[in-house]
Amino acid sequence: MTLKRLLLAAAFAAPLTLPGVASSQGTLRIGMTAADIPLTHGQPDQGFEGNRFTGFPLFDPLTAWDLSRPDRPTPLVPSLALSWEVDAANKTRWIVKLRPGVKFHDGSDFNADAVVWNVRKVLDRDAPQYDPRQVGLTATRMPALRRAEKVDDLTVALFTAEPDSFLPINLTNLFMVSPTHWQKLRDAAPTAEAAWNAFAANPSGTGPFKMVRFVPRERAEYVKNEAYWGGAPKLDRVILLPIPEANARTAALLSGQVDWIEAPSPDSVPQLKQRGMVITQNVQPHFWPWQPCFVGDSPLKDVRVRRAINLAIDRDGMKQLLGGFMEPATGTVEQGHPWWGNPTFKIRTDKAEARKLLAEAGYGPGKPLKFKVQISASGSGQMQPLQMNEYLQQDLKQVGVEVEFDVVDWNTLFTNWRQGCASPAARGAAATNVSISTMDPFFALVRFYDSKMAAPVSNNWGMFSDPRFDAMIAEARNSFEPAARDAALSKLHAAGVDEALFIWVAHDVSPRAMSAKVKGFVQPQSWFVDLKTVSIQ
Amino acid sequence: MLLYLLRRIVYAIPIAVAVGFVCFMLVQIAPGDPINAIVPPDAPADVVEQVRKDYGLDKPLPIQFGLWLWKVCHGDLGRSLATGRPVWSDLSSAIGNTLTLAVCASLLGFALGCLLGGIAGTFRGSFADRIATTLAVAGVSVPHYWLGMVLVVIFSVQLNWLPAMGAGPGGSADWSWDWEHIRHLILPMVTLSVIPMGIVTRTVRGLVAEIMNQEFITALRAKGLSTWTIFLHVVKNAAPNALAVMGLQLGYLMGGSILVETVFSWPGTGLLLNSAIFQRDLPVLQGTILVLAMFFVTLNLIVDLVQTTLDPRIKRA
Repeated sequence: MTLKRLLLAAAFAAPLTLPGVASSQGTLRIGMTAADIPLTHGQPDQGFEGNRFTGFPLFDPLTAWDLSRPDRPTPLVPSLALSWEVDAANKTRWIVKLRPGVKFHDGSDFNADAVVWNVRKVLDRDAPQYDPRQVGLTATRMPALRRAEKVDDLTVALFTAEPDSFLPINLTNLFMVSPTHWQKLRDAAPTAEAAWNAFAANPSGTGPFKMVRFVPRERAEYVKNEAYWGGAPKLDRVILLPIPEANARTAALLSGQVDWIEAPSPDSVPQLKQRGMVITQNVQPHFWPWQPCFVGDSPLKDVRVRRAINLAIDRDGMKQLLGGFMEPATGTVEQGHPWWGNPTFKIRTDKAEARKLLAEAGYGPGKPLKFKVQISASGSGQMQPLQMNEYLQQDLKQVGVEVEFDVVDWNTLFTNWRQGCASPAARGAAATNVSISTMDPFFALVRFYDSKMAAPVSNNWGMFSDPRFDAMIAEARNSFEPAARDAALSKLHAAGVDEALFIWVAHDVSPRAMSAKVKGFVQPQSWFVDLKTVSIQ
Repeated sequence: MLLYLLRRIVYAIPIAVAVGFVCFMLVQIAPGDPINAIVPPDAPADVVEQVRKDYGLDKPLPIQFGLWLWKVCHGDLGRSLATGRPVWSDLSSAIGNTLTLAVCASLLGFALGCLLGGIAGTFRGSFADRIATTLAVAGVSVPHYWLGMVLVVIFSVQLNWLPAMGAGPGGSADWSWDWEHIRHLILPMVTLSVIPMGIVTRTVRGLVAEIMNQEFITALRAKGLSTWTIFLHVVKNAAPNALAVMGLQLGYLMGGSILVETVFSWPGTGLLLNSAIFQRDLPVLQGTILVLAMFFVTLNLIVDLVQTTLDPRIKRA
């Protein structure tokens, strides 16, 4: 057919149905928010969306999350590790027993050698497989791990820099890839970097899906791994499509080009529902705060001010603004979570109490509280930052608080986050607005409350320092029984709420929209989902 | 002519260096940090510094720029900070996709522009002129990303006639000129064609109107030549200027379709630049802008040469 005839056909075509609609039996097509396919070499980028779609489906870590239920925080469960325990004689040594009989997609065996090899790929600069690209994506999420040693074929010893009970949780971030497959590619590649690029185009893990097609920036296609140790998935095929623009994702779903989209814009939800799409949401381990500055002339140094602001916010009003796509935050985690504790300061909306606390702190109509917050106009995990911040600005005005914004782009905001509020990059801001993942105690609590984590070491942007908190953190890190560790963390969390160490605003609920053909999907209280249970009817 | 050609090619070298330098400096001056393309925001300082060293981002800026320039001189645009893939591998596929879109949109826009401009210029003041002029003004005034969204809502969401995004059922890697792929091209092509359509319509209208008023047209009419023959004379006289405008428009479409490619998730240079800007992926930004700038320079040179061929009165010193 000639181009001319085709264009004429396009101009005068009668209504046509999209062929993709008919061909999707057993195939799930997902529209991601990412602008590119997250890295597929075993340590995905693009935040936790990467782990969700090119991490857990293709690879397994040693420990993982139970994603089977929507009604509870996801517990840590064995994955490629069957069990783990700290060495009673040496609290920096962990003995990990591995799952027997597991094979990588290329047919090679998963064993202790593979674990050691995978640890070295990010922690040993002298290892042939060392990949600087993966260091930033992995080492940051398991800060205490230093090395691994083989004990026997199905046992490894993992060593940490200091006693750290968080290690089993951290290990969910280290995905196991096939050393045999990588070596085969390395033999044909001029450099290790080239071998990793070849591996990314043709990866081999132990996960429930195998990648069979990869078009950079456009699509990745998986087929089910029939031999998966945890049982074969129901889907025959999964296709991932990066669609960064929210309206384009919605249009792709409504026109039948995809079956599932991440993060539909709140405005589009009524139309999606009206066209028969299913909207799912659940509380995500994530919160959207203002993180205060505790040094210099920041007015947020005063706990009464921090408490007043926490009490002045009408979170239900904000939820309405977001079309229901948030949950009011009354802490880093919520009641029912193992780390909740029992804070005596109850975060709620009480503007009268807020005014009273502000008056006690010396602020009132004659001397209004004024401060600046550094925010971004968009960004990964930032929800709807402009609307939400403007809402807060209006809301706080009602109790006499005048907030000024320093709007910077997302990249700049988190560059500044590493530099701390005392640095010139903060430009006099008394708070910053970076959303925070709470899957792991280090990332949820420790990096903000530990004086050793003050910027630029980690994300204690506010330079908070209190020996009581340092002691509670040490206690948590040295509590190796999970129940004792959670008890110590709940004490730490409750103390943080009592001191109002954040202005807690919202928890994200990770909305997604999908065709009614998608069955068996469970949205857990997690950043991740289990694609094994999903099918297409 | 050969001397002229060589001189223009030599002129392109400082342009390339300047483009690379300006792009490099703009990214450095802009707030933010290219390291964010590699490490997550919550990375501790020691890891950040280690990765910065591994990637050579700890070196002084002149050395970083010099190393990049040295590699470019050897045909290597470097590797993406975000993906580790060679810049050229992503860029070459993106250029192919953008070229497909830009050329098709240009052909559509130029054809419509010449048609409407010709009619408007020939029948000045008529109803047809007013319609053509209105369409031209609308074409240059309507934001094309907005038009793209409207077309998607109508033709993809409501009517379900055409796909809303992507470059084919299997992506652009297996692109072919069959209906399954062309239907993905139609909406972005139409969206992108409205601006060149408007500009070419206005240009051609002005040129035709001006030429039609010249005495040689009256003389041709007096000689009793047919309307068709007179039309060919008008076309020949209008062509050099119209071509110059069209050449520039094609260049703009090659580099300026970021928004349209984002709206339609069309995997071209615009979408590549968009994600590289947000990630501060310096090698991708520099490589893409350099190649697009060279494309623009080459296009201008081709237009100049074609103009000379069409109108020998235009001398090249």
